[in-house]
Amino acid sequence: MALALLTGVKSGMLPRAVAKSMARLLVGYTFSLAAGVSLGCALARVRAVKDTVGLLVLGLQAVPSVCWLPLALLWFGLNESAIQVVVVLGSLLSIAVATESAVNTVAPLLVRAARTMGAKGPTLWWRVILPAALPGVLSGARLGWTFAWRSLLAGELLFVSGGLGQVLEFGRELHDMALVLAVMVVIIALGLASDHLLFGRLEQRVRRQWGLDRS
Amino acid sequence: MTKSWPRDDGGAVTTLASVDLTIRRGQFVCLCGPSGCGKTTILNLIAGLETPSTGAVRVAGVTVTAPSPERTVMFQESALFPWLTVRRNVEFPLEIAGVSRAERESRAERYLRMVHLWRYRDSHPHELSGGMRQRAALARALVSEPAMLLMDEPFAALDAQTRDVLHAELERIWIETGKTVVFVTHNVREAVRLGDRVVIMGTRPGRVKRDLSIALARPREPNDRDVASLSAVVERELKIEIEKVIREELDDAWTPAGTDLSGGADGAVGGGI
Repeated sequence: MALALLTGVKSGMLPRAVAKSMARLLVGYTFSLAAGVSLGCALARVRAVKDTVGLLVLGLQAVPSVCWLPLALLWFGLNESAIQVVVVLGSLLSIAVATESAVNTVAPLLVRAARTMGAKGPTLWWRVILPAALPGVLSGARLGWTFAWRSLLAGELLFVSGGLGQVLEFGRELHDMALVLAVMVVIIALGLASDHLLFGRLEQRVRRQWGLDRS
Repeated sequence: MTKSWPRDDGGAVTTLASVDLTIRRGQFVCLCGPSGCGKTTILNLIAGLETPSTGAVRVAGVTVTAPSPERTVMFQESALFPWLTVRRNVEFPLEIAGVSRAERESRAERYLRMVHLWRYRDSHPHELSGGMRQRAALARALVSEPAMLLMDEPFAALDAQTRDVLHAELERIWIETGKTVVFVTHNVREAVRLGDRVVIMGTRPGRVKRDLSIALARPREPNDRDVASLSAVVERELKIEIEKVIREELDDAWTPAGTDLSGGADGAVGGGI
């Protein structure tokens, strides 16, 4: 397995696949994050949105991301868009739900205080509500990242995608157990690294600055 | 003015029934009353956080419709933003108002020094004690140089010693700056200690029961004899209202503890001693 890992890295196959997967993930995840946070804010504060799509969001969130694949393939065919749709749908909803609850639990007193200081509308959102909700939004973003990562690999398994998922599938077809395991190791390593180094650090820093870790 | 709230069953709860208050510029007014008398509601109405059901709040002839940096509010909790340092918290109202950076910094410094927190300017709120947080909140309320300072039981959550110190500071700052202050409290001693005027409020529905002017020299001492004797007067007024509230909250069997020492249940003279 170690040998497979080594040859994979040397031949440039694994690095290329990783780069391809990561690039794809970044695009889908960035979109998810922006849309998810906006949707979450709307769910928390706009009654009409909550009444209309609120239940839908909760329901769809329960759908495992792999289950979106058949639908995505029917809509978009075997191509890049189908994978992105799965990545976005897999992570957007959980980010939205986490954002909604984070915004709902922002201390009303902070908002009142900000209003007495003349903050309103977008300023109130940018300067008070979103920063106050940030720790919760960040946990949602972290969860969303994990979901996006899983969805991506599920999507990539399906066809000639050039990503890690395809290498995994390739290994299966060649009955190359070592290659399959090597890819799994890479997946685990990347997952751990992004979660702990990126999100873990960020979350910890925010929590400390917000004074949440001391009580 | 009056204020009532719609109830779920379609009726309305009246928290304030025809309150008419005139507050002079530069006056220190304490609103004092039992819980539920609507003193906080009055404050919110003046702040513009709520609108009266009938009547209006007018400041210098202009009807209040929305919050304004001219009337800043201090709450029981500091309501400082946890993600900002003390200095950035104090600068916040100025940032919202679009004040230039240099001006912001110099004003934040002036008021942080006034409340003696300059040394802690780069700390975050959670690193400060309750008293220090209220000092920071006071600096933040003063920094936009409002005409009116609205305080909603700002020292109620502090220990007695810290509160005494902050009373003296608030009195000094009030004398220095000449702001109009409306100070809500249920602590009678605090009201008499600080106010030029103590408005005693009654409950169910909220209304002004008595309007006392406190003509004592300043600066005042917390244990001053005049403060104590005036407090006793206010206390007596309030007792009736407070008992009314308790009677509504508890069941019918509750009666206030008697102060009658002359007879016990057996009718013996002096049995209550």
